[in-house]
Amino acid sequence: MPTLLNLMIFTPLIGALLCLVAPSKQAAKSIALVVSVVTLAMSLVLAAQYDYHAGGVQFESAMMWIKGINVEYRTGMDGLSLPLIVLTTALSVLVVAASWNIEKMTKAFMALYLFLYTGMLGVFLSLDMVLFYVFFEVSLLPMYFLIGIWGGPRKEYAAIKFFLYTLAGSICLLVVMLGLYHITPNAADSGGKPIWNMMTLQSDSVHALFAKGGTYWVFAQWAFWLTLVAFLIKLPAVPFHTWLPDAHVEAPTPISMILAGVLLKMGGYAMMRITWPFFPDSARLFWVCVATLGVIAIIYGALCAMAQSDWKKLVAYSSVSHMGYVTLGLAVLTRTGFDGAYFQMIAHGITSAMMFFMVGVVYERAHHREIDRLGGIWLKWPGYGGWSLLCFFAGMGLPGLCGFIGEIMVLLGTFEAVGHGAGHTTIVYTLGVLAAFGVVLTAGYILWMFQRVYMGLPKPDYDHYEPVNTREYAIMTVLGVLALVFGIVPMIVFHATGVTFNHLFAMLAVQ
Amino acid sequence: MSVMADKLAGVWPEITLGLGACVCMALGLAKASSTRKLTSWVAGLFLLLSGVLAIAGPQPTSGLILPPQMVLYVKLAVVAVGVVLLLVAAQLPSSWRATHRAEEGIEPFDPANVMRGEFFAFFLFSLAGVMLTTTANDLVWLFLSLELVSLPTYVMVATSQDRIRAQESAVKYFFLGALAVAVFLYGFTLIYGATGFTDLSRVQSAAATTTSPLLTLGIVLAIVGISFKIAAVPMHFYTADVYQGAATPVTAFLAFVPKTAGFVAIIILLSMLPQWPTHGPIMWLLWIMAALTMTVGNVMGLLQTSVKRTLAYSSIAHSGYLLVGLLAGPALLTSGGGGSGAIGNGIAAVLFYLVAYALSTIGAFAVLGCVQVDGHEADSFDDISGLSTKHPGLAAVMLVCVLSLVGLPPLLGFIGKIYLFGSAMAHRGENPAFVWLVVVAVLNSAVSAVYYLRIIGACYFGKPSGRTEPQHCPSRRIAALVCGIAVVVMGVAGNRLVTLARESSQLAQPSQQTPAKVVSDELPTDIHGG
Repeated sequence: MPTLLNLMIFTPLIGALLCLVAPSKQAAKSIALVVSVVTLAMSLVLAAQYDYHAGGVQFESAMMWIKGINVEYRTGMDGLSLPLIVLTTALSVLVVAASWNIEKMTKAFMALYLFLYTGMLGVFLSLDMVLFYVFFEVSLLPMYFLIGIWGGPRKEYAAIKFFLYTLAGSICLLVVMLGLYHITPNAADSGGKPIWNMMTLQSDSVHALFAKGGTYWVFAQWAFWLTLVAFLIKLPAVPFHTWLPDAHVEAPTPISMILAGVLLKMGGYAMMRITWPFFPDSARLFWVCVATLGVIAIIYGALCAMAQSDWKKLVAYSSVSHMGYVTLGLAVLTRTGFDGAYFQMIAHGITSAMMFFMVGVVYERAHHREIDRLGGIWLKWPGYGGWSLLCFFAGMGLPGLCGFIGEIMVLLGTFEAVGHGAGHTTIVYTLGVLAAFGVVLTAGYILWMFQRVYMGLPKPDYDHYEPVNTREYAIMTVLGVLALVFGIVPMIVFHATGVTFNHLFAMLAVQ
Repeated sequence: MSVMADKLAGVWPEITLGLGACVCMALGLAKASSTRKLTSWVAGLFLLLSGVLAIAGPQPTSGLILPPQMVLYVKLAVVAVGVVLLLVAAQLPSSWRATHRAEEGIEPFDPANVMRGEFFAFFLFSLAGVMLTTTANDLVWLFLSLELVSLPTYVMVATSQDRIRAQESAVKYFFLGALAVAVFLYGFTLIYGATGFTDLSRVQSAAATTTSPLLTLGIVLAIVGISFKIAAVPMHFYTADVYQGAATPVTAFLAFVPKTAGFVAIIILLSMLPQWPTHGPIMWLLWIMAALTMTVGNVMGLLQTSVKRTLAYSSIAHSGYLLVGLLAGPALLTSGGGGSGAIGNGIAAVLFYLVAYALSTIGAFAVLGCVQVDGHEADSFDDISGLSTKHPGLAAVMLVCVLSLVGLPPLLGFIGKIYLFGSAMAHRGENPAFVWLVVVAVLNSAVSAVYYLRIIGACYFGKPSGRTEPQHCPSRRIAALVCGIAVVVMGVAGNRLVTLARESSQLAQPSQQTPAKVVSDELPTDIHGG
């Protein structure tokens, strides 16, 4: 099984090389499709083989990589990574299908996409800090090109902005890693060597170094914020979010799907894997600040979304708002909040990818995304309109659809924070009420947008638009069904994460 | 006599290079153009021979300031990178029209117009200068070897292309170089005045017993003068003009060879001190130089419209990064703070990064040299616009080399930066200011990404200009390819070079014998600041 896991990480890379030498555009597309289907199958096999009762890290494998500084190639899967891996592999098939009509430099597009795919899988599956960092950075580059070559009119600006923002974050992470290199040899069971194993880095002996009042308490506070900033940029949270609307507006549809669906989740995942478990005492100390950042993102993102006239930009800002729930859910340090934050990531992975796809379907025919120039699409394409309704309502958080579970759990978790006494009741209630108000704003911008785009009579210039084809219907059906399934049986996710989160939360709970 | 024999034993590689230079000069004047074309091959042969002699030849037994492994490391690095540089420069100076026509047999042979012999002779002389710098054990020797590095480069810049700009930059380079020499020679005389010796080992022992402000001043002046060679603030002004004016292969040469000699010379000078400067004027001089050099290089790099000038400022910035490692100094002996691990030896980091930087930057220059626009070398961003559509291979090499300069994992430059900045972090216990230098360096790395990305953006997103034509120089393409592959492969599996650099850098300095003070506890509290 460890072999299968490693094979899964590098299958897309092999596919990328094959795409480069593919004889025709069609062949490159077929290779990409086959690779993503095979990878999906692999991830499903791994998910089936995973022992949910035991939990923890499974299918682990390790190999010394850079001996001098004790860096290993170490991979494995636990409850935290499993749902995200399945999400990634499933979305990947849909993304390849969504990019079927890319005609410009198709081979390079597919190769870069598959290269990105390896980076994403690597981020979620690496258990060595340095390896994680390498994959985190490696995933930057293909994205830069995918936006920069296949993007819209301001593609270069958007690509560079995306790259620089994320790079700035990675550099914060790098500083922390330099610190860890020099500090971790002091841990009791390190044997005098630096520790990079992310599981050992959350062990008691390392925690003792970073504990409140411990030898490296000052470092732990700095490191908490530095890693937090690194991942908040990726998430993205206000005030580090400005790259996201630009990147989304310029990116081609399939790339927007993967960017919103998976790349943003790297930020949330890394916070759960690194920031919180490595520096739990700092998380307890600063939780109000972090929670405030989350609430600001929820409200500000929603307000921005409401003000947009560009449809895709509206969806992009809705991502900022929705990711605010992740920050908030993690910050409040309650189990419900934590579960909710995680579920929100999975749910947003499905709904945001679907929303961007829905926008893309129209954009491809209308060649503009001005909300005011659209209208009456539902009458034009009733089937598409129906799926859109489901999709945007899922994003809005309608009960019975996947967006609901995450939001409600985060909100409940926030109010629960009163119980652990780490903050004043007033603060907790203020945060909770404000975040709950975000739900109203979300309903506001989504319904208003829906009214302007879908309701009314179709515009005359729709006449020459091609009908929505079977491939597009297939993609939205899969995403729509997923949104429905996760809304009705959210336990699929909690079943996978349960045991792992028990252990994780034991470290984080406020005593 | 035995002293002389001993001294000679250590310099066989240099002697070989000198002989090679003489042969090249003679060969460059040969009547048959086919023979003249062999000059670069002969230069390569002698270069390899000197490499073999450096490994297998007689080793110097005494009288070295630097540890023998370090001397060997630098010599081998010079040979290895020298071979790559030779591949880049093999066609030079072909754009010297008269030479060109004479060589093609269009015009009758005229020895006065043939430049190839001199060019490669000076090439070898300059490399010999770097090697001699490593074995220097006397102030006069150090001075002469540093001059042997620089003097040939003035000629190389002037003869590299038939444009008035090349002459202009050569003159600039020469006069500013002379100024720098005056400064560091002044420093040398003060060192002599303070200690009474020019013999470096005696200077070392004299400095251990007396603390004289004159000595400090001497070393400060010497470092400031040598900063010309490494293109660091305050002697960096010539860099952009000279790099732009010289033919691209010579620019690549300038980016590596004088820099290496300069850093070796500064390491030698600093090892004169009883202990590596962690406090006091010399430490602050290096600290300020490092911070300013990085910042000036990167900020100016943002403003350029010429790729060559951008890379020139990048070269300045990288000197700043190297100074961070230099300042950190040799490894701490005692463990406990984790400082004695693989990361923690600043000298090793400098040695490693010099090679990492050289391969990345030479690769980038080689790609530039392979592209011709309207009959001259590619220079501006427009010239390389849309390179990827016409020459995907060259664009890919440019991509990896530039990303390695950014410091993106897992490329070579990333590993190098980890070692440089990590070593300064390891020594934070000696002086908290080191941490702030790392912060400055890290911020600078982020800023530098902007102009590096502009280069990539031009190659990949720009529209092909249609005026570019490939330059016919297979060896330059090979060099570019070698750099590109090395940057990737050595980044992923560069363990060996790291180990070599580390093993080679145990300085014989008094502070090495006594356990250095290691503070293992947390980051200095003043970092908590506000």
